[in-house]
Amino acid sequence: MSTKERKIRVLIAKPGLDSHDRGAKIVARALRDGGMEVIYTGLRQTPEQIVETALQEDVDVIGLSILSGAHSTLFPKIMQLLKKKGMTDVMVFAGGIIPKEDIPALKKIGIKEVFGPGTPTSTLVEYVKNSLSK
Amino acid sequence: MKQATDIQRLVQGVFHGEKRAIARTISIIENNEPEARKIISLIYPKTGKAHIIGITGPPGAGKSTIVEKLAKELRNREKTVGIIAVDPTSPFTGGAFLGDRVRMQDLSIDEGVYIRSMATRNHPGGLSRATKDAAYVLDAAGKDTIIVETVGAGQSEVEIIKVAHTIVVILAPGLGDDIQAIKAGQMEIGDIFVVNKGDREGADKAVSDIKTALELGTQDKEWKPIVLKTSALTGEGIGEFVETIEKHRAYLRKGALTIHRRANAEIELIDALKQKITQTIIQDLREKGEWVRATEKILAREIDPYSAADSLLKQRPRQPSTR
Amino acid sequence: MFDQKKLAEAKKRRQKWEKTTVPNWLRRHPERQKDFQTVSGIPLKRLYTPEDIKEMDYSKDLGYPGEPPFTRGVHATMYRGRFWTMRMFAGFGTAEQTNQRFKYLLKEGETGLSVAFDYPTIMGYDSDHAMSLGEVGQCGVAVSHLKDMEILFDGIPLDKVSTSMTINGPAPMLLGMYICVGDKQGVPREKLAGTTQNDNLKEFFAQKLCIFPPKPSLKLSTDVIEYCARHVPNWNPVSISGYHIREAGSNAVQELAFTLADGIAYVESTLERGLKVDEFAGRLSFFFACHNNFFEEIAKFRAARRIWARIMRDRFKAKNPRSMWMRMHVQTSGCTLTPQQPVNNAIRTAFQALAAVLGGTQSLHTNSFDEALCLPTEEAVTVALRTQQLIAHESGVTDTIDPLGGSYFVEALTDEMEERAMSYIDKIESMGGVISGIEKGFFQKEIADSSYKYQKEVERHDRTVVGVNDYTVEKDWVPVDLLRIPPHVEREQLARLERVRQGRNQQKVKQSLDKLFDDADKNRNLMPTIVEALKAYVTIGEITDVLRSVYGEYKELIVV
Repeated sequence: MSTKERKIRVLIAKPGLDSHDRGAKIVARALRDGGMEVIYTGLRQTPEQIVETALQEDVDVIGLSILSGAHSTLFPKIMQLLKKKGMTDVMVFAGGIIPKEDIPALKKIGIKEVFGPGTPTSTLVEYVKNSLSK
Repeated sequence: MKQATDIQRLVQGVFHGEKRAIARTISIIENNEPEARKIISLIYPKTGKAHIIGITGPPGAGKSTIVEKLAKELRNREKTVGIIAVDPTSPFTGGAFLGDRVRMQDLSIDEGVYIRSMATRNHPGGLSRATKDAAYVLDAAGKDTIIVETVGAGQSEVEIIKVAHTIVVILAPGLGDDIQAIKAGQMEIGDIFVVNKGDREGADKAVSDIKTALELGTQDKEWKPIVLKTSALTGEGIGEFVETIEKHRAYLRKGALTIHRRANAEIELIDALKQKITQTIIQDLREKGEWVRATEKILAREIDPYSAADSLLKQRPRQPSTR
Repeated sequence: MFDQKKLAEAKKRRQKWEKTTVPNWLRRHPERQKDFQTVSGIPLKRLYTPEDIKEMDYSKDLGYPGEPPFTRGVHATMYRGRFWTMRMFAGFGTAEQTNQRFKYLLKEGETGLSVAFDYPTIMGYDSDHAMSLGEVGQCGVAVSHLKDMEILFDGIPLDKVSTSMTINGPAPMLLGMYICVGDKQGVPREKLAGTTQNDNLKEFFAQKLCIFPPKPSLKLSTDVIEYCARHVPNWNPVSISGYHIREAGSNAVQELAFTLADGIAYVESTLERGLKVDEFAGRLSFFFACHNNFFEEIAKFRAARRIWARIMRDRFKAKNPRSMWMRMHVQTSGCTLTPQQPVNNAIRTAFQALAAVLGGTQSLHTNSFDEALCLPTEEAVTVALRTQQLIAHESGVTDTIDPLGGSYFVEALTDEMEERAMSYIDKIESMGGVISGIEKGFFQKEIADSSYKYQKEVERHDRTVVGVNDYTVEKDWVPVDLLRIPPHVEREQLARLERVRQGRNQQKVKQSLDKLFDDADKNRNLMPTIVEALKAYVTIGEITDVLRSVYGEYKELIVV
């Protein structure tokens, strides 16, 4: 056993009832093509399911995708659960339809970055790689 | 980034079945981090209790659905379950899409089930290099049964015999040539064959075809492989499937398990030695520049690889014998 | 169609043009791209000429409006008689709030209602379900029981409006509620006009709002079709949809083909109930997206009508021309709208709306320019409605039928789309049909691949998205007042739900649910029992729970 074999592990999650998965799937695929190991949760995940999956899979990053407006309720729940389970070292970013005016509050609870529609996938891949190399 | 690990605390956490400890430990081993060896040395003595079931078979047969049903049934019988689901790493990008877990959603918040997805990271044979070690972790964490789901690509998927005690091959009618789908390798390693999607046309024929094929190849085996029919969707046959697994476990306990374990121990020792030897020797050769020289000679077709290896080894200084 | 001698002459001229005039010009002015294609990958020539439509048989392939194959239009006078229905999709917050928006839109000139329900309602959860937390009223109106529905249509006479309801799994319940409201208003059921989307098949690979597995879902859709054929004859029981397929990432040909394949499945399913094709086919309606590529979309709509007419006549042996007609609703594309420089969206929507009109739609929803930011504000939705009114009254395109008919390009493109779509349809048939395709992940893979391909084209700048990968601005103008749904909306909704639950005849509720279970178990048409249950103020969640216990829940086959 010699060389380290580190891979970035990412969880792409769809919290709540929002059923738009086109973006989440594209991001999952792009991150995979960027050399990462990606788990996509599928639709309609509760905060508990998302955090439990992140825990067992020991992911480095969680990407939350939501277009339904329910982020104000669901994201705080997810961040609280992560804290409770001692997982504050997991980086969380978000995407979808999230009004700019909501972003400061989300950053305050620990969402590192919010990416809007039109963000090139290459930007995301770079962002994840750079953030984790720090 | 992840905090520095306190190995002892981590290992104790594993022994107590703490999920975060299990998760972190598997990652350390998978990533080949410096603490990995130490951790395995601490964990290994506590392994050997869990029954490890390998689930293999072609894509589309419904492996993940069967695993979910199997786990649920085991939970009904008050067993704790660890699941390792392996998916292929792309040889081009180095990335992987780990999509088995999502097919086992019903288990997602069952406290008695731990699921870990692993990518092959280009290791051949249907599993990743660290799958075996990850199974050790779950074993040491107290899981009664560990289910390992292989990639499912085909006939070269025989790595599973190094890991599992009971090997299950899952097939389904209509996936193409039913018998061709069970390539030679899988026919030989399967202890239990399951024809899933049993409500579909061709299922009964597949069962009888497999039975015939097995009779030809396994006449002198002590455990005669059993062929079952299930429907993961309706639940039909799952009870019998679990019973059969228990039967195999009992058979192993009668003695075959020791033989199996001894054989495995030898295989593991060989693997470990291989790794150690190649690592030490190659590192040394690289440092001395001999590695590059040898590769250049091979490239220039001045020497073939085997002769080069002979030559390099002959040149190595012997260890001084102790007096 | 053309004189052979004159055609040969035209061909000779074309060849000369290609050998001389064109290369001369290209030497000094190269074309912008190496090749040109539609979004679906259909190659576009530099120029289309009579040669491209020389096989066309006018009477057979185009015909006349109001007669099969309806290529040029489903009604004899089209917009000269009546404009398309201006039907703006609306819904948010509580029933009261949406009722206000309905009245506003009607006052501003819309001619049909279209209801957007919130996610909990769409998934068959009452507003107080654990999964509904944070979602109540966010993307549509919250409706859990008949009282909500009564408030939603308060002051709106159901014999004077037609209403489209975007609802799939719970379509039987929402249609049931609409019927109950109509009953209360004293409107005979034969006079109720509108549509339930009720297209469960596409949920499995497009909109993803699946509750039950494919077979029971198809059963429920068919229950509604059968019930309406017998009892609510002016209602369109299903809106066979391509919109969501397109929004999920498919191209135009896939949108067309997969929608028609779904249509075939619904016809077959209803025929299995013993109904004759002419008893129900005339009320099957369709719903497409309208995307950016102007002519591809127009060709798509024309090809759609022609293909469907041929399928109904040749495959299903329909005799009544109305069984062969394809009436459609179109919505301008949501996914082409951008949060960057939102005013551009109004213009995108205008072009898309124009294409839908030139394509001959019966009903149209235009998106609001703030759609990519939030729920549409009153100002934005007014502009969207005006877009339709401007086309109707100021552009002149509505003064003659199918004005693009006969265009060498449009006819060639219509033919090409038909051919490519039919190829897909044949493939789906050989696979065993739509449900088989869903189980195999066929549609999901096609859509995921198209979607990823499109994304990559945008990222490589092979495709320009104005304001996003080109013509970007540092400081963007964004609307200040977004429409937000405050938390008290959820609280109010829950309070009403509680009151309704308390105020019911509990005995009747239990009896209704027991009967429902029995009917579902015995595979009967559930509509009559559902209508009765709703009258007793049984909730959508309660009904869905019973159905879940019989049919199980769907587990998505994930294809990335």
